Amino acid sequence: MMSKVIETKHISKVFRNPDEVKVLSDISISIDQGEFVSIQGKSGCGKSTLLYILSTMDTDYSGELFLDGQLLTGQAPDYLAKIRNQKIGFVFQFHYLLAEFTVLENVMLPARKLGLKSDKEIEYDAMQKLKLLGIEDHALKISSRISGGQKQRVAIARALINTPSIIMADEPTGNLDSKNSDIVFAIFKELATDQNLSFLIVTHDDDFAKRTDRIIQMEDGRII
Amino acid sequence: MNIKLLFSISKTHLLTRKKQSMIAALGVTFGIGTYIIMMGFMNGLNGLLDGLILNRTPHIHLFNEIKPAAIQPLQKVLKYKNMEIMVHSIKPKRVQLKIHNALPIINYLSERKEVIGITPQVKVQGFYLGGNTQLSALMIGADPMKEKEFYQLNEYIVQGSCEELVKTDKGILLGSGAATKLSLNVGDFVQVSSKTGEIISLKIVGLYQSGMAEIDNVQSFVNIPMAQLLLGESKDFITDINIKINKLENAPKLAKELSEQFNTTAVDIQTANAQFETGSSIRTLISYAVSITLLIVAGFGIYNILNMLIYEKMNDIAILKATGFSGKDVKWIFISQALIIGLVGGTLGLILGYSISVLIDNTPFETAALPTIKTYPIDYNIIYYVIGIVFSLIATFFAGYFPSKKAEKIDPVDIIRGQ
Repeated sequence: MMSKVIETKHISKVFRNPDEVKVLSDISISIDQGEFVSIQGKSGCGKSTLLYILSTMDTDYSGELFLDGQLLTGQAPDYLAKIRNQKIGFVFQFHYLLAEFTVLENVMLPARKLGLKSDKEIEYDAMQKLKLLGIEDHALKISSRISGGQKQRVAIARALINTPSIIMADEPTGNLDSKNSDIVFAIFKELATDQNLSFLIVTHDDDFAKRTDRIIQMEDGRII
Repeated sequence: MNIKLLFSISKTHLLTRKKQSMIAALGVTFGIGTYIIMMGFMNGLNGLLDGLILNRTPHIHLFNEIKPAAIQPLQKVLKYKNMEIMVHSIKPKRVQLKIHNALPIINYLSERKEVIGITPQVKVQGFYLGGNTQLSALMIGADPMKEKEFYQLNEYIVQGSCEELVKTDKGILLGSGAATKLSLNVGDFVQVSSKTGEIISLKIVGLYQSGMAEIDNVQSFVNIPMAQLLLGESKDFITDINIKINKLENAPKLAKELSEQFNTTAVDIQTANAQFETGSSIRTLISYAVSITLLIVAGFGIYNILNMLIYEKMNDIAILKATGFSGKDVKWIFISQALIIGLVGGTLGLILGYSISVLIDNTPFETAALPTIKTYPIDYNIIYYVIGIVFSLIATFFAGYFPSKKAEKIDPVDIIRGQ
């Protein structure tokens, strides 16, 4: 039986500033282990907002959120930070790397925060992840000195470093050309099949979405 | 909280913007450096000035003061008891200069354990004779070695030495002002006379210069037996007893006790030199005011730079929080940067302050008032260095705390969404 990695029950969210706008209403979804899911919808439909709630960064919502069967709604911010560190890998549209650090340091950072392994082991793991993504040659470069496609791959390596339960990505290919988009998709697909990792990708790229296992279509804060 | 990891992040932040970090640190450096210089210089000066007066002042001075009787005979008449009595032209009571039972008093004092030094003196009013002119003189009969031990007499002897006086019965340490007036020098003889009319030739074994012209024109030192001889008095004739005790603050209490016990006047150091305490404390206050002002300015500099840094590092903060760093971690990343700036700046400040202190310490400073001082005085008390580094850390902590608190509260969603 497939276990549910992430599950939401009746999640709703209201923006109160400046006027009351209901951005999400009654969202109940679940994602199984190893499943490759995309959320698609027009801009402003609330898909990014949903992703931020699922990633535990946004805690201002009603309803319930479960990760690996554990209720995360209402937990303390420090505890949620720990959960993000350990169980959720995040890839952003813009290649959010720490510009002043080397590629390797960027990848190592979440693992050093987790603090379960020695720096030597973490460095070895990080190099393995970089090799997996084919960018091990750039490991010692300062991360502001590599190309956009490479940065996105570094971000993916960083998301993988703590072997999370799920990887969430917000328009991971939105800022890349078609060649790099294909590379990123191929990497995700491979990780999903080989390592049984779950993926939740927010995208408005139809080609990208069509190739995923399941598409969650959103409109005006609802799933259709 | 992984301190090593947070520290390595803040180190990278600081090192990739060396120029700004240095400027922030230099603000602290100047603040602390100035503090060290000011405290060292001010307290060196305080020490010098205090030494000028206080070292030479006994903690308790016993003597017989010439003054009117506290209770006039008229007041003793019972008939006038409840009336207001006014007596005009009161004359001082005739008192003996000699301290009654001086030798037993000295014996008694030497047995009290709080007393560390007793120096009896015989003060002789008289004249230096130079041809047919007479210069008024105050010759102090004293034990030169004790005066040297307890009142640093040797520091005020510009030529000759205390030891010479001990060796020479008919010797005198002549005030430098008087020596100049009489055109005399070490090795010459000076004729002195006392009120009794006795004229004695004394060999000048040294010149005494206190730094105060009025004293140097008049005062000189001779051996106690010589002073007694000048006055034609016996060996138990002592006019003054100077006492040093182990705890300065006990002086007033002991002075009162001795005064009542021996029926003499006893003046304590606090009463005699109250204005010096005030001067010292005001100088210290000024030093602190200036240093704290400088450090606050430096603190605002750090506050500004960290605020800007946090503004620039919004993305980094969002990433750190998204990848599992807590608000507290982020706060400490920035506070530790402020503390590193404080520590580096403060340490450089101590070095700067020390170097300039050494420079000042070696700057020639010669003045007739202070014969033994050749350079500006500096106090190298370690406590100023400890206070300096602690204060720099406290100041930078607070300068870093408020911007860091802001960083702690940044919502990563706002940043990521805003892109």
